[in-house]
Amino acid sequence: MTRFLVRRALWFLLTVWLVVSVSFVLMRAVRGGPFSGERALAPAIEARLAERYHLDWPLWKQYLQYVGPFDWSEHGTGFLGGDGTRPFGGLLALDLGPSFRYRDFTVNDILAQSLPISATLGALALLVALALGVPAGIFSAVKRGSTLDLLVRLAATIGIALPNFVVAGLLLVFFVFQLGLLPPAGWGGLRHLVLPAFVLGLPYAAYVARLVRSGMLEVLSSDFVRTARAKGLPERIVLVRHALRAAILPLVTYLGPATAGILTGSLVVEKIFAIPGTGSHFVNSALNRDYTLAMGVTLVYTVLVYTLNLAVDLAHALLDPRLAPEEGA
Amino acid sequence: MSSTWRERLRHGLLLMLALPFVLALVALGRRARLERADVAFANGGEVTSLDPQVVTGQAEGRVMNALYEGLTVKHPETLAPLPGMAESWEFAEDGLTWTFRLRDARWSNGDTLDSADFLWSWRRLLEPETAAAGAYHLFCVQGARAYAEGAHDPARREALWSAVGLAAPDARTLVVTLARPTPWFLALTSYHALFPLHRASLEHFQQRFPARWESEWMQPGHLVTNGPFKLRERRVNDRLRLVKNPEYWDAANVALRTLDVLALEHVHTALNLYLAGEVDWIDRVPPALVEELLARPDFRPAPYLASYFYRVNVTRPPCDDVRVRRALALAIDRHALTTKVLKKGERPSWSLTPEGLAGYARPELAHARDAAPEAAFAADCAEARALLAAAGYGPERPFPPLELHYNTSETHRDVAEVLADGWRRTLGIEVVLANQEWKAYLDAQVHLRYDVSRSSWIGDYADPQNFLEVFLSDGDNNRTGFGNAEYDRRVAEAAAARDPVRRLALLSEAEALLLAELPILPIYSYVSQNLVNPRLGGFFANVQDEHPPKFWHWKERPR
Repeated sequence: MTRFLVRRALWFLLTVWLVVSVSFVLMRAVRGGPFSGERALAPAIEARLAERYHLDWPLWKQYLQYVGPFDWSEHGTGFLGGDGTRPFGGLLALDLGPSFRYRDFTVNDILAQSLPISATLGALALLVALALGVPAGIFSAVKRGSTLDLLVRLAATIGIALPNFVVAGLLLVFFVFQLGLLPPAGWGGLRHLVLPAFVLGLPYAAYVARLVRSGMLEVLSSDFVRTARAKGLPERIVLVRHALRAAILPLVTYLGPATAGILTGSLVVEKIFAIPGTGSHFVNSALNRDYTLAMGVTLVYTVLVYTLNLAVDLAHALLDPRLAPEEGA
Repeated sequence: MSSTWRERLRHGLLLMLALPFVLALVALGRRARLERADVAFANGGEVTSLDPQVVTGQAEGRVMNALYEGLTVKHPETLAPLPGMAESWEFAEDGLTWTFRLRDARWSNGDTLDSADFLWSWRRLLEPETAAAGAYHLFCVQGARAYAEGAHDPARREALWSAVGLAAPDARTLVVTLARPTPWFLALTSYHALFPLHRASLEHFQQRFPARWESEWMQPGHLVTNGPFKLRERRVNDRLRLVKNPEYWDAANVALRTLDVLALEHVHTALNLYLAGEVDWIDRVPPALVEELLARPDFRPAPYLASYFYRVNVTRPPCDDVRVRRALALAIDRHALTTKVLKKGERPSWSLTPEGLAGYARPELAHARDAAPEAAFAADCAEARALLAAAGYGPERPFPPLELHYNTSETHRDVAEVLADGWRRTLGIEVVLANQEWKAYLDAQVHLRYDVSRSSWIGDYADPQNFLEVFLSDGDNNRTGFGNAEYDRRVAEAAAARDPVRRLALLSEAEALLLAELPILPIYSYVSQNLVNPRLGGFFANVQDEHPPKFWHWKERPR
């Protein structure tokens, strides 16, 4: 078990290093810079800005500055020629640098403000997805071939196929402009979260329903379920304690990366509902050539995906007796 | 033993599942709900910074006008300079010396604001360390340009500064000596690049946090300003909550207690919020809904000091031939474009400068005139075909495919399609649409990797000089490869001219030259697209589309 975790940790470091390096190179390879605009800056001013953000340094030095832990600037680490006011910096010192687009903020500030918002919305959306998807999947499998099954499958197909901006538009027309129950957009209270959480969770709910249904169908015809029934266990116990536990394995696998995606926000939903989350930064930071912010959100996503995949593997071990990692493996 | 690790694992996983929910609760708790502000408006994207000297752009300008105040403020309707930090001013006979008398004003923290604040702030604007995009605005002051360009040399710095035409004989007097007559100087003092900054707080944060003083200095509670409002809360990509500044000299006449500036990037979202009454003013509307909105009394587009045109790359064939450029410029059906596609009342334009520049004889590129726009356009197309033939293009030498370059946007795409379609049909040219996202588009324009490219210019102040200096041979924003010594000479002569009539005549001659050479294809003059709550008083349509919130008030009690 310990060796398993250590191995995973080493792979994690390697993955993060690769992601950082590749995205660093890719970002700088794109044409256009963070300070270009409709009105060109005077060349002297542009040079001054480049200097302040160290864009005038050779790429290898910018890379080392970004990764850290030593600071190469004039205020930086003593043995690198700085005055020592800021000896450490960069990724290894958990400092993601200043944002180029939001000049009054560091990337750490931006993530600290926007991640909890995206996580709130994502957690609610995940709740929606599970609360709708799991029961629908179970019923649909148990009553296979019934009208209910047909309806669930139809709804799931529609839920996956309909783009979220269409769903959002329909809900806005109905709940905001017809009934006047909810605000059209914004961020402030629970009222503001209802529609976006639903819109964001819906396609996930549809997918969850389909996974649970197929998992249940497979398990329900297996030997151990037949044995449980033969023992005379009540149907409820058979379904929940025996069948469901095995049937949700594919769901758990899916939930790992899905959670990472849902927690870091969605560009479309955040845009439509004006939610100041992280989702919009994934696209906008690249468009704005906000090098540091783009790297920051990529990094956060990488860490989340990796961690959640690890959680999925551990959950498998917990749920499936056949997969228990032998001690010391 | 197996059960212990299972037990631990189970707890660990539960913790991981619970984490987002805990975070969610923390987030909800921290974000205490904000009451609806007295007025809320949609301001496009998040502002780049709250430092008035480093920002450019309309969205930033609006926030600066609420937080800070210059020597003068603009009248909300006529835009004429009204007293701001200066209670009066005099203009000397020599046409170069301005003397401002400052009022007894205070910063939002209670400190007195005096002429030394202006001297220090304007010096900071010019200093290379500030890297202020708008530093050039002050270059009309004697010695300012030399200081901005030489101040990186510490040995010359003080000597250069003493030669700059700025002086503060006493705490309430500021004397400005201009390098050349600058008719728009008084208007410029209401522009945010020339706003004063609070020296003590800025220097305090620069010393305490050398590496990240910006993020500390500009936090609510830290930022000291001198305008009608001050900063209460700032949420990235969400809103700026401003509250009335009780230390402001004219606070008695500021009606709003709170003002929300919303960072709404999505124009449909902004419209939804406006329709639901959560926002009182949005500055853009979805192009597809223009016709429906025009039926509403609260949507009143008005002429706006901005031009929409295409830049032409004059350095590469086929557009290096002026006959080709003229043919392209003539074969644009501006009338159909403005009435059938844009529909907001945009005015067809055959000039670089927009309408409404007082005293300026605005030249146009020569084109057919007719009461029926269709007939005039037909005549222009005939001339355009003749010009292409004269340039040597015909059945045996077909015109090479022309790349029409624009940045991603619904409106720009619509215009590009009208242009491409017109050129295909009337001139038989093969046109390729090339659409790029903003930064890549700018990069292509700067490096002249295009044939014709969508462009616009929004006037900083109401003077043709502001539009014409763009196309000087060494202009930073030229981006066409165009350079004409005659043109440069006239614009330079105009800048030095003492006689205002002669100055405008010279500029008019320069524009006529530009419209003969055609490094640009003029298309139309903009209109504003404000959708405003009709009960919001103090909000007027004006040619610069500027709406200082100082004057806003509710005409009757809001709901």
